[in-house]
Amino acid sequence: MARAVGEAEPTMGEKQTVAKPQLLQGNEAIVEGALAAGCRFFAGYPITPATEISEVMSARLPALDGTFIQMEDEIASLGAVIGASLAGVKSMTATSGPGFSLMQENLGLACAAEVPCVIVNVMRGGPSTGLPTNVSQEDVMQARWGTHGDHPIIVLAVSNVWDCFHLTVKAFNLSEAYRTPVIILSDEIVSHTREKFVVPDPASLTLVNRETPEVPPEWYIPYEDTPHGVPAMGIFGDGYRYHVTGLIHDVRGFPTQQPEEITAFRQRLFRKIQQHLDDIQLLETESADDAQVLVVAYGSVARSARRAVREARLQGLRAGLLQLQTLWPFPGRLLAPYLPQVRAVLVPELNFGQVYREVLRVNQGETRVELLSRIDGNLLTPGEILAKLLTL
Amino acid sequence: MARYEVRLSGSGGQGIIVAGIILAEAAGIYEGKEVCQTQAYGPEARGGASKAEVVISDAEIDYPKAIQPDVLLAMNQKACDTYAHDLKPGGLLVVDSTLVHDLPSRQAIALPFTKIARQELGKEMVANIVALGALAKIAGVVSLGNLEKAVLARVPPGTEELNRRALAAGVAAAQDFLRGKVLRCLDEPLGTTEETML
Repeated sequence: MARAVGEAEPTMGEKQTVAKPQLLQGNEAIVEGALAAGCRFFAGYPITPATEISEVMSARLPALDGTFIQMEDEIASLGAVIGASLAGVKSMTATSGPGFSLMQENLGLACAAEVPCVIVNVMRGGPSTGLPTNVSQEDVMQARWGTHGDHPIIVLAVSNVWDCFHLTVKAFNLSEAYRTPVIILSDEIVSHTREKFVVPDPASLTLVNRETPEVPPEWYIPYEDTPHGVPAMGIFGDGYRYHVTGLIHDVRGFPTQQPEEITAFRQRLFRKIQQHLDDIQLLETESADDAQVLVVAYGSVARSARRAVREARLQGLRAGLLQLQTLWPFPGRLLAPYLPQVRAVLVPELNFGQVYREVLRVNQGETRVELLSRIDGNLLTPGEILAKLLTL
Repeated sequence: MARYEVRLSGSGGQGIIVAGIILAEAAGIYEGKEVCQTQAYGPEARGGASKAEVVISDAEIDYPKAIQPDVLLAMNQKACDTYAHDLKPGGLLVVDSTLVHDLPSRQAIALPFTKIARQELGKEMVANIVALGALAKIAGVVSLGNLEKAVLARVPPGTEELNRRALAAGVAAAQDFLRGKVLRCLDEPLGTTEETML
């Protein structure tokens, strides 16, 4: 049965008792969000600071008739996730920097073959095995460009337990709606901070399921273009047989070298994301409308920034915050209207300036843009951000 | 309650993070406050530095970590040396006198949590629960009833009675302190005091 993109799934088949507040860790909330979104397959390899996601999944999935597999490594983990998704199950994996590096090859396959899946990367400092137990935001660019070749990708950044739940639901919805891998970037602080949270009744959530073919199997053209750029996805085992490949393929899924077919395929990959930016690009603002100085932040740093902005206001400086929840496609069109209104923009981040460069690119020299970078494995404090704001 | 910050510190294996979770559940789930619990630890399974922080507030908590703790619990000398200077002026410093011998301030409250756990309860690993009981009694940050509920809900099945006794031992040690019975511990060699106390 075909179900339209955006239509809510009637029931999750999961009974929830009366909602009580729980003390949930960010990683636990990611699991709860995934399960509420309908994730029933997880393959992964444990790694600090993402391990709790595997741990809780291994406890929760069997009871929901789901499948948890601990794989031999992260290459195989994403391979298994892609296979499970092709068989019609919403699927996820979770890792940290070193494992995310290993996943890049299969990430490209998921982009090219248009396989919905969710990949959580709880960032740690790098390069290499880096700083396993410390907070970092160093994988913003790897999430965008880690796999080779021009490709669109959706990357969300979580900042607190609420985000961990709700943006994970959103990540599944986006992956299903647009048949694309979606990456969730978390960090050690977000993933290990425990907060009070009430897991919502699944019936209250809007869930999206991939569009499936309405035609009989013999008429099915697996990569046929549609007005929204997303082909209906035949489920393996349902009689819809087709060829899945990382090679650039024609509408039937077979490799092609025809320039017009290559162009059509590659443009559609981008178009299906670009024409849905309203759905994909998310951000939260605080006191941004009348701000003289604007902080652009994401992840755990956004929490420090929020406090810094509030303290700045108490000291008479009209500061504002844009908290980016979508990092890629970079929400430049949402940022751009603020740039001429403020005298300076501050980008605090736990790297050498990855989102800062994007802000510079959107800004085109119009407004003063400053970076506040911390790379010693610790979180930027509200005091550090405030001190910098007061100099702008 | 305005923002109230507790930092628990010691080494990996002392149950510092579990203590943080229990305190956060007592304040957040059983007392209905807003809470954020964060942690910091090294890559070692045991023996490395370990720290848990609990921020408690009536209002939404923006920054999740402690800025200037109202309360510091130091379960070993290194933690005491590292974090004592962060304490808010007039803040409360509570140390495990079994393992902390150099006190940074005469205001510090030194109680032998590990020794109590070892000698009174026969299990050194409940020193964290003993400390929590004392902390709650002295700082009044959560009610003892809610703390006990949180402890019992979090500890492994079969250890409830042990943990209940550990909590009570911590509370009793704090009561003795508050009544002035162990105030001398600041002026006397720790060994002597502990013996007097136990």
